[in-house]
Amino acid sequence: MKILTGNDLKSGAVVWWDGQGWSLHIADAADAGENAAEILAREESARRVNAAYAIAAELTEEGPRPAHIKDRVRALGPTVRPDLGYEAAARNGWDWVI
Amino acid sequence: MYKYDQYDQAMVDARVEEFRDQCRRRLEGKLTEDQFKPLRLMNGLYLQLHAYMLRVAIPYGTLNGQQMHALADIADRYDKGYAHFTTRQNIQYNWIKLEEAGDLLADLAKVEMHAIQTSGNCIRNISSDHFAGAAADERVDPRPYAELLRQWSSFHPEFSYLPRKFKICVIASEKDRAAMRLHDIGINIVRNDAGELGAAFYVGGGMGRTPMIAPLIRDFVPLDQLVTYSEACLRVYNRHGRRDNKYKARIKILVHEMGAEEYTRQVEQEFAHLLEQGIEPPLAELERIKPYFAEPDFATGLPDRADRSDPDFALWIDRNCVPHKAAGYVSAVISLKPVGGIPGDATSAQMRLMADLAEEYSFDECRVMHTQNIVLPHVEIGRLHELWTKLDAAELGAPNLDQIGDIIACPGLDYCSLANARSIPVAQKISERFAASGKGEALGELKLKISGCINACGHHHAGHVGILGVDKKGVENYQLLLGGSEAEDVSLAKITGRGFDEAGIIAAVETVADVYLDQRQDGERFLDTYRRIGMDSFKEALYG
Amino acid sequence: MADSDLGSDLGSDLGTGRDEVQLRFRDDVMPDGAQVTVDAFLEQADASAVRIEPGDDARDLLPHLARITLIEINFPVYGDGRGYSAARLLREHGFTGEVRAVGDVLVDQIAYMRRCGFDSFAPDQPLDEADVKTALARWPHEYQPAADAAPPIWKLRHG
Repeated sequence: MKILTGNDLKSGAVVWWDGQGWSLHIADAADAGENAAEILAREESARRVNAAYAIAAELTEEGPRPAHIKDRVRALGPTVRPDLGYEAAARNGWDWVI
Repeated sequence: MYKYDQYDQAMVDARVEEFRDQCRRRLEGKLTEDQFKPLRLMNGLYLQLHAYMLRVAIPYGTLNGQQMHALADIADRYDKGYAHFTTRQNIQYNWIKLEEAGDLLADLAKVEMHAIQTSGNCIRNISSDHFAGAAADERVDPRPYAELLRQWSSFHPEFSYLPRKFKICVIASEKDRAAMRLHDIGINIVRNDAGELGAAFYVGGGMGRTPMIAPLIRDFVPLDQLVTYSEACLRVYNRHGRRDNKYKARIKILVHEMGAEEYTRQVEQEFAHLLEQGIEPPLAELERIKPYFAEPDFATGLPDRADRSDPDFALWIDRNCVPHKAAGYVSAVISLKPVGGIPGDATSAQMRLMADLAEEYSFDECRVMHTQNIVLPHVEIGRLHELWTKLDAAELGAPNLDQIGDIIACPGLDYCSLANARSIPVAQKISERFAASGKGEALGELKLKISGCINACGHHHAGHVGILGVDKKGVENYQLLLGGSEAEDVSLAKITGRGFDEAGIIAAVETVADVYLDQRQDGERFLDTYRRIGMDSFKEALYG
Repeated sequence: MADSDLGSDLGSDLGTGRDEVQLRFRDDVMPDGAQVTVDAFLEQADASAVRIEPGDDARDLLPHLARITLIEINFPVYGDGRGYSAARLLREHGFTGEVRAVGDVLVDQIAYMRRCGFDSFAPDQPLDEADVKTALARWPHEYQPAADAAPPIWKLRHG
């Protein structure tokens, strides 16, 4: 699947396109498919997201799992600070990242 | 240390307002991200893997207690209770909100601090010797010259849109404790035959993708021409530095492609012209700055040794305390590299403690090392045990200065959107492995530096042992390099061969350490053994 | 009469017209005449307006400053800062004619550009007038001398 990620303009928080808006949780990430470029352009210019881009992900039992390790770290937080990571880290453990 | 006058304060305050305005225009949509990015970078604000990251300037690494307290408060108020000290003597916060950045900068301005030009294609923080003012071998304290250049480079109207970033270092000793030769401009304050002080200019060093050692461009620039000569160097770079390729845009590429001789010729030509423009501050300005760096009122008649009956304390003195020019004093290094810890990180509580310790034990001054530790420059030997007890209780007492446990590591893929691999877990595991086996102590001086990508923020090219994280088909992979040095015996590390996965690189470092332990002679350091026996024995042990 | 009419005999007319000059900090009459490339200028004894691209060497114009009324300096992208050195250098060599910044110029560059000697601006995107006013009033002082008349801070400190 192709999912979209970016940052909230004001807070900088990492967000994921959930089909209608931008969620803090990767589990909500929706397949943007063919519409990725259009969604990105529209959402950026409306400032509902900042610096957003499309990434490859596979749908797993636990939800979308980004194809590249960098995006998995982005989804879950620094692997060296699990106390700062997002809730998924507590749920899935670090196997999911690496 | 330097204190702002009304002019310095007015400039920093104006910058805060300018940045607030730029943030407002961004949030209102009057600036696109492409337009805003270079502007926010010039205020040290990055958009990183997890959030906005702010890099605060610590000019030539010098801080007082009030400032360190403020940095701790900022960590709590605007971030997640910790911060990271960098390989350019600055400090970074990883979880900043754009809408709060203006307030953060305003808080910094209250304690004479800022984030001006800590990123972007402009002149960055000017670094210096972390033992300045304490080292017996310095000719003078280099920091007044660094301060003079800091002001000259701030809000410079001609050099704010350079081809690429520009890093300057100023030292004043034969020993290079600041990696001076690996800067875009490295300056060593020297004496000529007549005993006069002047500046030796080395231009075109750097690490990154293409590491280079800066050649000597001019062996003696009189101190009253320091700014003019710097300006000439920058103008030639601004004019000719490559703009077509971001990876070839540093001055080191220009000097290399043009040749040092031609670059020097052009600089001298521009210098001759600029000398007629009257742009140099009067010597009175240097004389105004110098007293801020005057020697503190050192006590005399102090004990010259400590009670070493506690073996842990004795170890820490031997490892982490460095001789001082004044009898009865040492410079004490606070390690931010506890075994298995994140190199260079400190909690706000630790920062507050360090602030108090600076105030109480070191004439209210501390320094950030480019190796990501903190220095208390002037500590009475007789008070060391008391100091160490407090450091030890706060996990700041690791006795590992310049040993394998004293790892330099960039934030890597855990934090940085540029990274290809994680650097911190590798550092942690190596640290733990060598502490557990006790080999760390046996190895002696061994400078290990880890970068998570080719941008080399971890300075791996200058490591006795360097590790470079790469992306090998989407999987983290690590290259091993040997034989680099950032000191006056500067050299660039060489790669051993094919890379390793995480377990492999840790084993490889152990292998390399074992070769050294096996082969060393007469108290050689790792680096010395490597230089004597060469790469082959190491390659043989690693790859068979 | 539109400036662009003058261009045909003098090679390609690259210049900005009067309408596109949004800001001008000079009292004299805005020069007419098409701006030509540096190469073309050097071949035309009667050209009085020239346009510098980032890759040009402004020093090529130094022998001819007396006959130039207008030098445009192009910023195709605002991150390419070569034009700042070009402008300042021209002022250092005594050029008193108009130095105009054209192209990708944001209000955030105006103050530095003024200090480098630019005295007119023809940005691709018009600037918000209120933002311009704020930008020009932003800096109470300057650390280093440049092409403007304001004394650097060290002069205020020491006289």
